[in-house]
Amino acid sequence: MTPPAPAITVKGLTMAYGSYVLQRDLDFTINRGDIFVIMGGSGCGKSTLLRHMIGLKQPAQGTVCYGKADFWALNEDERATIIRRAGVLYQSGALWSSMTLAENVALPLQHYTELSPEVIADLVAFKLSLVGLAGFEAFYPSELSGGMRKRAALARAIALDPDFLFFDEPSAGLDPISARNLDQLILELRESLGATVVIVTHELASIYAIATNSVFLDSEAKTMLATGNPKLLLRECADPTVLNFLTRGTGQREVRTV
Amino acid sequence: MQQEPHLSPDTGAQPPVFTLMRPGPGDLTVALTGSWTLHGHPPDPTNLLAALDQTVRRLYFTSDGLTHWDTRLLIFLTAILDTAGQRQIVVDRAGLPPGVRRLLTLSEAVPEQVTYSPTGRELLATRVGRAVLALVEQGREVATFTGEILLAILALLAGKKPFKAQDFWYFIQNCGIGSLPIVSLIAALVGVILSFVGAVQLQMFGAQIYVANLVGLGMVLEMGALMSGVIIAGRIGASYAAQLGTMQVNEEIDALRTMGISPVGFLVLPRILALMLMLPLLCVYADIMGILGGSVIGVTMLDLSLVEFLEQARKSIQLSQFGQGILKASVFGVLIGFAGCLRGMQCGRSALAVGEATTSAVVTSIVLIVVSDSFITYLLYR
Repeated sequence: MTPPAPAITVKGLTMAYGSYVLQRDLDFTINRGDIFVIMGGSGCGKSTLLRHMIGLKQPAQGTVCYGKADFWALNEDERATIIRRAGVLYQSGALWSSMTLAENVALPLQHYTELSPEVIADLVAFKLSLVGLAGFEAFYPSELSGGMRKRAALARAIALDPDFLFFDEPSAGLDPISARNLDQLILELRESLGATVVIVTHELASIYAIATNSVFLDSEAKTMLATGNPKLLLRECADPTVLNFLTRGTGQREVRTV
Repeated sequence: MQQEPHLSPDTGAQPPVFTLMRPGPGDLTVALTGSWTLHGHPPDPTNLLAALDQTVRRLYFTSDGLTHWDTRLLIFLTAILDTAGQRQIVVDRAGLPPGVRRLLTLSEAVPEQVTYSPTGRELLATRVGRAVLALVEQGREVATFTGEILLAILALLAGKKPFKAQDFWYFIQNCGIGSLPIVSLIAALVGVILSFVGAVQLQMFGAQIYVANLVGLGMVLEMGALMSGVIIAGRIGASYAAQLGTMQVNEEIDALRTMGISPVGFLVLPRILALMLMLPLLCVYADIMGILGGSVIGVTMLDLSLVEFLEQARKSIQLSQFGQGILKASVFGVLIGFAGCLRGMQCGRSALAVGEATTSAVVTSIVLIVVSDSFITYLLYR
């Protein structure tokens, strides 16, 4: 194995809405191939941190680096080139409601590659079969269940074989079995595609099952309280807030797997 | 710029190539070399598919020379594996990269069952039948909606409060005062146009003063109500459809229903009432603005004095004619509110559906306005 290479580095990041500071002094590194979890209670800025990483919101201070490139110091075209290597699964799926699943998955391919329509159709069919939706090409998002919509959105997120996969609350609104299957799918795709995965979640089951690294944000301290593998944090972290979160308020340091 | 996410990108991109080898009788080995990505041009698999004939019993792969790969390679392999499967050839995937093997397995996992096929061409008769059924269904919806509104009105008359007073005043303010600027502009210009058209003709007979009659009657009987109706259909009817449509998309209307609150009473009734009350007032305002607009032409082009013009206009209008315009405006208000809210409530659950609901609300309102206008005029002059 090669030594871990930093894929995304966040340095001294301050996130703010106007003069209201959400989080300050965030420092952490995401290595290539990591499954990195952004965790913390509701309203602490997890999703906002994700928005800073995928180019939807500019930091008030500090940097987000992809490899060695300081993302927000680049011009718009260079940023677009980087973000093209990322696939994003939004909280509610965010499939385009006026397009069929096939059109949803095909759009990034049509936009960024010069493949023939036949090849794109094959690719779309393959991506849909990866998420267990083979044969659903002609369906509209509104004709699917919540879990199927999430998976269809995942197929769209991996359309361009991304290096980075971002997930905002992937298991929100799913039953435990669907959530676990989605976790397995994420793991499987990470293994096979070799992508770096960043997940925003507060699902402990999913955090212990898949995370290799994490950062814990706190809304009261307005900064991060810990970073590292959540299983190690559970054993070693001294901070009472983090421990409270990781043990679901019981304080017992044992890994619960579902 | 080309991005090669897989394996180590240390070699330059070589063209994707496959070569066929036959190590033993009944065996075929496909050697994959080069860079198989979305940005390359993989070879045509026709030869390979043709080579999978009766003589081949086992298929192997080698991928030692494979530098990069992504889903492009996978769809190439899927085509081969499908054919091999059909011809009952045993496939050994051990020579493929582990990531490729895993993705292939994943894609072959038991998929969700497709429960029905949403597309496909239908017979003409089937489509006509569907259209008729849809029309019947729509008629039923309109009837139900009307009934629900009547029930909500009954509830209101019985002293219940189906909606919040605050909402009602907001709608009053929004469609009343909020519409004054645009109504002023349009009504004054319509007055100018009427006056101008009349002036050119009546000047020929030396009957300039009757331009005031034309403008006065034209505005009061027709144009005041019609123009404010059309403006409100675009400004307010469309926004009602979009508001209710978005609430439908967000399941807000379902939330009201499950709490036992009638969405028609809570959302639709205050909107329709606000329009019913405000449109007549806007109509009166438009009448005045129109006559003032017309008088500008009277004063500047026809050498009439302002007082003369206004007096002549006043004399030409009877109170009943004034009332006729107001009656029409009130009817238009109800129709615009009805069409806007109906389309909003019927809205489907997608962004496209909200757009369609908005368009349809405006079109329906304008059609209803013109049709009901002719109908009322016919009844009154019979």
